[in-house]
Amino acid sequence: MAPLNGAKADGTIRVSVKRKMFPAVGDREPQLVLRDVEFEVAPRSFLVITGPSGCGKSTLLNIIAGLDTDYEGAIDLGPAKDKMTFIFQTPRLLPWRTVYENIALVLPKGDPRHAGIPAMLERVGLGQAMNAYPEMLSLGMQRRAALARGFILEPEILLMDEPFVSLDDPTAASLRELLMELWHGHPTTVIFVTHDRSEAIQLGTRILRLAPGKASVAQDAIVTLTDAQRRDRAAVLAEQNRIFSS
Amino acid sequence: MAPVSTRISSAPRPLRAFGSNSTIERFAWMAGSLIVFGLFWQVLADILQNRYLPTPVAVFEIMLREARNGDLWKHTSATLWRVAVAFVISMFIGTAIGLALGRYKTADKFFDAWLILFLNLPALVTITLCYIWFGLNDTAAIAAVALNKIPNVAVNMREGTRSLSKDLSEMAVMYRFGRWKTLRHVTVPQLAPFLAAAARSGLSLVWKIVLVVEAFGRSNGVGYRLAIAFQEFDVGTILAYALTFILIVQLIEFAVLQPLQARVNAWRR
Repeated sequence: MAPLNGAKADGTIRVSVKRKMFPAVGDREPQLVLRDVEFEVAPRSFLVITGPSGCGKSTLLNIIAGLDTDYEGAIDLGPAKDKMTFIFQTPRLLPWRTVYENIALVLPKGDPRHAGIPAMLERVGLGQAMNAYPEMLSLGMQRRAALARGFILEPEILLMDEPFVSLDDPTAASLRELLMELWHGHPTTVIFVTHDRSEAIQLGTRILRLAPGKASVAQDAIVTLTDAQRRDRAAVLAEQNRIFSS
Repeated sequence: MAPVSTRISSAPRPLRAFGSNSTIERFAWMAGSLIVFGLFWQVLADILQNRYLPTPVAVFEIMLREARNGDLWKHTSATLWRVAVAFVISMFIGTAIGLALGRYKTADKFFDAWLILFLNLPALVTITLCYIWFGLNDTAAIAAVALNKIPNVAVNMREGTRSLSKDLSEMAVMYRFGRWKTLRHVTVPQLAPFLAAAARSGLSLVWKIVLVVEAFGRSNGVGYRLAIAFQEFDVGTILAYALTFILIVQLIEFAVLQPLQARVNAWRR
């Protein structure tokens, strides 16, 4: 039951986007992107927002992150709002800084977590590449560096915008595996955006489906797979059919 | 495991521009083509036998004479000092204006016309006006040079600011870089190529205008010396001073600007 003042300090995230419009550009009319999108995210859950491209999922994530403030509604990230990290669709590493420096830069000077950077880079498989510049690495390796940069901060809220898109299947699979491993090592509240349904089932504990045209939530489902089943293609496919056909 | 630097600014990496075969090759090409130019000049002067086209050897002798009596150093150092001051001032002010115009659209719309006006104002006009308004002194001389160069730097830096990556600035916001860290690690590295371009084109423009300013209204400097030599139709002295200054500017280009550019581009593939 909620306390009298109505605000719970338990880390629940409350999202309420009444209306989000894209302004008119050139000949295009102003466009309604999101309407009455309201949901709560329980702490330490892994929420996946999915839907076809153009349905507004990235826009929704940017609103939650505070990057987009031009909307009607309110976002309450709770007490953990200062421990939020965003992992972007592109790695967005500084090309003129080495992998190591890119990660060190997100930590304040003299922060004890600096000592953990080499171990973190080992963990994501970049132990040999820490003094390389990002552009010398493959896209998959850059994505690993972006994951390391996000996780070194030990965030309580982790927002991810299609972080594994445009990778080949084995690379994407290994990065998903890595993400699950990091998430189990340091459970945080995750909001993960993807258009890939099987990825959504494999990673998420809860699926939120946005429908185009409708501009709001079309489906809200709980994924009932165990960790072992998430590695089993048949189980993932069965769950995918169960959730997305209903 | 690879060695790890514990600081953000790691030790300077070896510069690609130095010691590599491509540098030696580039130097060889340059030296070779200059020798051919010198030979061509020598042969032409020998054939024409005209007192207004001295041979390279004769010019070199004048250079030595001026160096020995101290005039060469006196005038060159005066010019170098003016070039340095005008260069620093115009880079600084031009960069500030460029950043502001690149960032604020309204300011850009308003000041764009001013920029075009100053870009197209002939150097001779600014120089004469500065001397008339501020008197025949070094302040006026340097102001005139800076006024010629500032619009150039501003246009360059405006382009640089417009091309700043929105992706990276969002990243800096989400990862709480703060103002100083963002400036140093996100903004300045993106502007570095534009700064380098402005600096290199700036140096060559500034020293040419400084010479004109000196010829007009100063009593020392290479420009002043060239004006005297012109009155005497002393082509040898004109060439001796011009060559000296070209050598110095080339030296700055090779020893300072190019290594600097190689350093800021070290991360490129």
